[in-house]
Amino acid sequence: MNKWEDNKAWFMVIPVFLVVAVSAILPLMTVVNYSLQDIFGPDQRVFVGLEWYKDALTDSRLHDALKRQLMFSSLVLLIEIPLGILIALMMPKKGWGASLSLVLVALPLLIPWNVIGTIWIIFMRPDIGLLGAAVNGLGIPFDHTASPFAAWVTVMLMEVWHWTPLVVLLAYAGLQAIPEAYFQAARIDGASAWSTFRYIQLPKMRGVLTIAVLLRFMDSFLIYAEPFVLTGGGPGNSTTFLSIYLVKLAVGQFDLGPAAAFSIIYFLIVLLFCWLFYQVLLKVGTGDKP
Amino acid sequence: MALIDLKNLAHSYLSKPTAETDYALQKMDHVWEDGNAYALLGPSGCGKTTLLNIISGLLQPSEGQVLFDGKDVTGLLPQERNIAQVFQFPVIYDTMSVYDNLAFPLRNRKLPEADIKERVKEVADMLELNDVLHKRAANLSADAKQKISLGRGLVRSDVAAILFDEPLTVIDPHLKLLLRRKLKQIHARFKLTMVYVTHDQLEALTFADQVVVMNQGQVMQIGTPQELFENPQHTFVGYFIGSPGMNFLPCRMENGIAHIGDQEILVGNGTERLTGSFKLGIRPDFLKLHSQAVQGAIPVTVKAVEDLGNCTIVTVALAAQTLKVKLSEEEDIPAESGFLEFQRQWIRIYSDEKLVGNGVKQQARLEPAK
Repeated sequence: MNKWEDNKAWFMVIPVFLVVAVSAILPLMTVVNYSLQDIFGPDQRVFVGLEWYKDALTDSRLHDALKRQLMFSSLVLLIEIPLGILIALMMPKKGWGASLSLVLVALPLLIPWNVIGTIWIIFMRPDIGLLGAAVNGLGIPFDHTASPFAAWVTVMLMEVWHWTPLVVLLAYAGLQAIPEAYFQAARIDGASAWSTFRYIQLPKMRGVLTIAVLLRFMDSFLIYAEPFVLTGGGPGNSTTFLSIYLVKLAVGQFDLGPAAAFSIIYFLIVLLFCWLFYQVLLKVGTGDKP
Repeated sequence: MALIDLKNLAHSYLSKPTAETDYALQKMDHVWEDGNAYALLGPSGCGKTTLLNIISGLLQPSEGQVLFDGKDVTGLLPQERNIAQVFQFPVIYDTMSVYDNLAFPLRNRKLPEADIKERVKEVADMLELNDVLHKRAANLSADAKQKISLGRGLVRSDVAAILFDEPLTVIDPHLKLLLRRKLKQIHARFKLTMVYVTHDQLEALTFADQVVVMNQGQVMQIGTPQELFENPQHTFVGYFIGSPGMNFLPCRMENGIAHIGDQEILVGNGTERLTGSFKLGIRPDFLKLHSQAVQGAIPVTVKAVEDLGNCTIVTVALAAQTLKVKLSEEEDIPAESGFLEFQRQWIRIYSDEKLVGNGVKQQARLEPAK
């Protein structure tokens, strides 16, 4: 086969390539362009090289936001993944109970993000909120507008309430796909409930859990709406996560150059973490070294 | 090792069965001998897997009892019954090595690790899994995986019976033969009671000492492959066993002669007592086709000829009925019409789908030397 024949396939990829270029790469290049300039107005700009990157990497507020962000995403994964698996395990496998529990579990996923924020603000208000007032009534001071701890708890609750259902649905689908014979064989082999989970259910859910971890990590790492609606990143900077800080920088202060450099760094961080997760999760439990 | 006794056993998947059709398993009463290999043979949905799962304890029968060696085990859980079961699709624990897979049932039963090692080694030797013992089970081929699931049953020294649920379905044809031979070896060596579910008659007939033919939740006949072939007690058995199955012709019996349309076939052999409407059954193997008129043969038209390589299947029409005739390759086949000869000692008469006349025994009595 000659070279022309070998490379003909590339032409077939051109349409997709063009779509991706226009929809993803071109906007991204605009951001790269911004990140290298100091922009004063539509016609006033100065090339500054990697200045904004240096600034961003040495910006202590950004470091703090990144630390908060990592803490937040780790907590989200640590709570949502096990909780999601647990709920999926408890759900009925068939009959009307299965359909009903699926609908109930999926409800939070159907509510728009800003509505969720509003619901939780009201729910957590120390004066009239059901939970907030109840906790305060017990003598524990709880006010998300004043206490960073309360603000964190509230954002975590919102996040867990909103997104654990996704993990549940994925885990449930994974569990449903396990053939009945595995459970029958385990019973005959005398396996305990824990062994059945450890050696059958968990390994069989590996694929869907990989997706769940990646989705929840990416999504929680980009969290914006919840803290924004709740306190706008406060009290103080306690819930100022990366995207909140980015928006403050770009929209609030109109520093397009630094904001663009920040975006690129942000994007690379997400990409790096996802790649790491993917590499590890692909190999865990298969006997290959990660 | 165990003698399996099924007492008044019946099962329905409905909570309140009323009609007979509500039962996946009709009431049955059978004793399966210790150390025998049984095959449960029947079309899909006939209840053979249901019966297997009741024996293994995965399913609680709605009526009746299961006894192992006279002990009632109906209420016992699968793990308390000392049975092993091999499923249609290989079940292995993906994250474990082959060794850990084989050791799993023993570890669950809290055996000392030294004993486990000995047992696993013995079983791995027998199943030829030694080379892969420390490999991950997930990466092996389907037949090796199926050996592992069998091994998890054999590894327990107290195992009473091994149940197979169509274990060769996903195995490559050339490996099927090897694995089937392995099963026979194991059976010969340990004299375990084995129950083997299949819808493949060749598999059933080659594996089992006794074949249990099932249809629509009922056991139609239990017998050796030869008995099933020569004396099907029910038209279903006649039709299901053999390839092609038995021919059945509605007929009118009178004085030991079967009248089919205006043709007469001499049956004799004690069927003189039968008068009225019956079905005449004969296997394609016991029919002969002649091009010229022969004593006792009746004229038929040839409809179709199929050459199967080692034999020829000829479809002939007799009055409004069609029959299959199995001929060897050398025999001449008449082009359009011929004369069909029924080998008299192989004619069976059925009434209400059940065998009523002309079994081998009567023949031996009534027709001594030939």
